[in-house]
Amino acid sequence: MDSAHSNRDIYLRNPDQRLVKVIVSGPFGVGKTTIIRTLSDIPPLRTEEVMTETGAVVDHLDGLKDKTTTTVGLDYGRMSLGDDLALCLFGTPGQKRFQALWDDLTQGALGALILADTRRIADSYEVMGLIERQDLRYAVALNLFPDSPRYPEEELRAALDLAPETPMIACDARDRRTSLDALLALAEHLLAVPEFEQQP
Amino acid sequence: MSRRLIPAYLWTGGRTHPSRNVLDRLTVLRAATDHLPSDLTSSGRSVLEILQHGALPLAEVAAHLEMPVIFVKVLVSDLFDQGLLIVRAPAPVESDAKPDQQLLERVIRGLRALQ
Repeated sequence: MDSAHSNRDIYLRNPDQRLVKVIVSGPFGVGKTTIIRTLSDIPPLRTEEVMTETGAVVDHLDGLKDKTTTTVGLDYGRMSLGDDLALCLFGTPGQKRFQALWDDLTQGALGALILADTRRIADSYEVMGLIERQDLRYAVALNLFPDSPRYPEEELRAALDLAPETPMIACDARDRRTSLDALLALAEHLLAVPEFEQQP
Repeated sequence: MSRRLIPAYLWTGGRTHPSRNVLDRLTVLRAATDHLPSDLTSSGRSVLEILQHGALPLAEVAAHLEMPVIFVKVLVSDLFDQGLLIVRAPAPVESDAKPDQQLLERVIRGLRALQ
């Protein structure tokens, strides 16, 4: 049980506030936890999902007594955009072994912000592979660290195999302004690409 | 990310399926009453107690109670069947396979206002 229980700031501003899901993904250690903490206006939370050993998402409890299951903890944050609307940020692991969880979590999402680390760009290949299978639009945010090498944009786009219209912008996941810029780039992209033009 | 083995115990009074499969992580939950029946399971009681002070999406109730989301879905489904909860499913973000333009414009306005 959480001590925030008695803290009224954890609740929705009103029961009719519209909640919109946004996926935040990327390789392990890329800064998902940090950017969610930066953007959330409630204390960031961890949600637990149950998976079987074979990687399936558990969506009912039948026969669970006989199965070995694991829980996966996911970062979660919520940011209100006025009293009528909030974005709910779901930190989603970007590894292939979480494919089933990905498929489940991305249902009903508005779009995804994919974080990448230019110091180890190859770590992003798995998440790019995951998102290309989805009807989910996305933007790429390069989480820049002090020692991040600065590559030409075209090289990074080629490495991540991005479509020309997919936004790729730099941010610092600890910094609210550039993190908001990254979300805004995603939202503007979603507005600009009304059809499934991203689909091959 | 933490991964740990959990025993598959049931916090849900023996129920295994949510009776409603429309429950989403972002389904908004509110208590329908401030009267807590005496025959509730302790986990059902926890759900109702945290909702006495305001509305929360299902995923956040699960996180605060440190219970897996699927377990809370089952609990919520049961509490709803007993008339103890008011639930509201999230509105779809697309219509005719297109993102909702008005919603996106509203999101962009909202993000700009925070900058």
